[in-house]
Amino acid sequence: MKLTDISNDINEWFNGSGPLADIVVSSRIRLARNLAGYKFLSRCSNKDKTEILEKLRDVMMSLNLGDKVFYISVDKEPILNKHFLVERHLISRHLAFGKGPRGVVIAEREFFTAMINEEDHLRIQVFKAGCQLSPCAEQINRIDDMIEEKLRFAFSPRYGYLTACPTNLGTGIRVSVMLHLPALKMTGQIEKFFNAAKDMSLAVRGLFGEGTEAASDLYQLSNQVTLGVSESAIISQFENAIIPEIIEYENAARSQLLSNQAELLDDKISRAIALLQNAHLISSQEALFLLSHLRLGINMHKYMGASTPAIEKLRSLCGAGTDADKTSRLSIATINRLFMLTLPAHLQLNYGKPLDPTHRDALRAEIIRSALNQDAQSKT
Amino acid sequence: MRCQICNKNDATIHLTEITEGIRTEMHICEHCAAEQDITVKSHIPINELLSNLLAVQPTDEEISGLSEQKLACPICGFTLDQFRKEGVLGCPRDYDVFEKSLQPLIEKAHDGNTTHCGKVPLKTPGDTKKQMELLNLRQQLEAAVRSEDYERAVEIRDRIKQNEQ
Repeated sequence: MKLTDISNDINEWFNGSGPLADIVVSSRIRLARNLAGYKFLSRCSNKDKTEILEKLRDVMMSLNLGDKVFYISVDKEPILNKHFLVERHLISRHLAFGKGPRGVVIAEREFFTAMINEEDHLRIQVFKAGCQLSPCAEQINRIDDMIEEKLRFAFSPRYGYLTACPTNLGTGIRVSVMLHLPALKMTGQIEKFFNAAKDMSLAVRGLFGEGTEAASDLYQLSNQVTLGVSESAIISQFENAIIPEIIEYENAARSQLLSNQAELLDDKISRAIALLQNAHLISSQEALFLLSHLRLGINMHKYMGASTPAIEKLRSLCGAGTDADKTSRLSIATINRLFMLTLPAHLQLNYGKPLDPTHRDALRAEIIRSALNQDAQSKT
Repeated sequence: MRCQICNKNDATIHLTEITEGIRTEMHICEHCAAEQDITVKSHIPINELLSNLLAVQPTDEEISGLSEQKLACPICGFTLDQFRKEGVLGCPRDYDVFEKSLQPLIEKAHDGNTTHCGKVPLKTPGDTKKQMELLNLRQQLEAAVRSEDYERAVEIRDRIKQNEQ
């Protein structure tokens, strides 16, 4: 399996499907584990790290996941491939740009990855489209059980699973959802979301994790407390309290846009269409920002039945047919595909060689232009 | 509160300066702060946060007379000084070796929790599981007493008694 086998399409969990997908784009659960009998990585020699890597890689490759898996020696990969894996959310920046022997095992359908020698010896994660935390939890627990049949993890009766950083101690679980909150941003209420997250001891990060700006109105929301609260209690809090509350905020903002600020909404959507259909140079940040407005328009039609001049124009671009639901879903998948495939590393990997920023901006504009104009042409 | 410089925006940055014992306060907006070349760190790196937390902890001498501060882990040779710099520990044993120094930090990071609740490895021996359950119940008992929920406290106490038999 080569990275170019997956680089020309989006992964399954980013195709706009799944429950509540108009706001909850995807769900992810990660577990942090360390092998018993070894030091944490900051005190491991390269020889120790290699031993841990080989041991964990062999176990990960032998798991019965219902999908083929492949392994990547992250430390030996070219820099472009590392950026690609980060863009696709398959590995963290820490793993991509860390030191020493390290690697990742990836399921071909990309719903599972196991990062080896990241901050902890092992960090496994499971992804699903839309709001599917419970299914993620069941799957990752099963995988963790399979691993524990073959290995012993560092565990203390008092502190639970022992991690290199005390902030991950206990369950070692990080539950995250990727949220699309364009209406809260547009109506100047995004602070409401930040404050709610803070009150519930949750962390908010941008699209590409810790320290990145919130591009594209996509935010990752995750738990911080991992000790003294069970996995099921954390997931239940997300599913029954946190997510419904945020969905309510965003939907209220969408309704507010429609009833009181339809011109603002139409202006944003129309400008996005015009720029994306006509620009010849477009930066990644600008593309993410504008595509977010198209996604908002499509989802407002699909889930709220919204119809404004700009939304209708957008629907004509998307090829609104008799099976409206199907075409709408296809359209969100198209938007998400443009989102992902025009990210810098995706663009270059698919082009076949590194490109300077100006050439990237030109290629990105060309891909988006042709996708949006092609839809219009195929309709006529 | 309005910004003291432009008098237009809300003041979101609050500076306190102490020069020769005289304390002055300034409340300004982000825009004026940028113009004055005052940089505000919005993201504090985790290791900085951890080392700041550790720095304000009472020393071990204050707690128990033992000196974890000068101790090195017999397994990995790690010291608290290194933890302050790196933000990660050296080996699982460090949680025991530096228990007293780490405790306040762990409580702070986990909303006051100090005991694991949740998944236990499949191969954990039965008596360890029992020990964990007791630890958990004691934590619940403390919480019930703190919140003055005495009915629940009695219930938990009885369960502890049952478990101990």
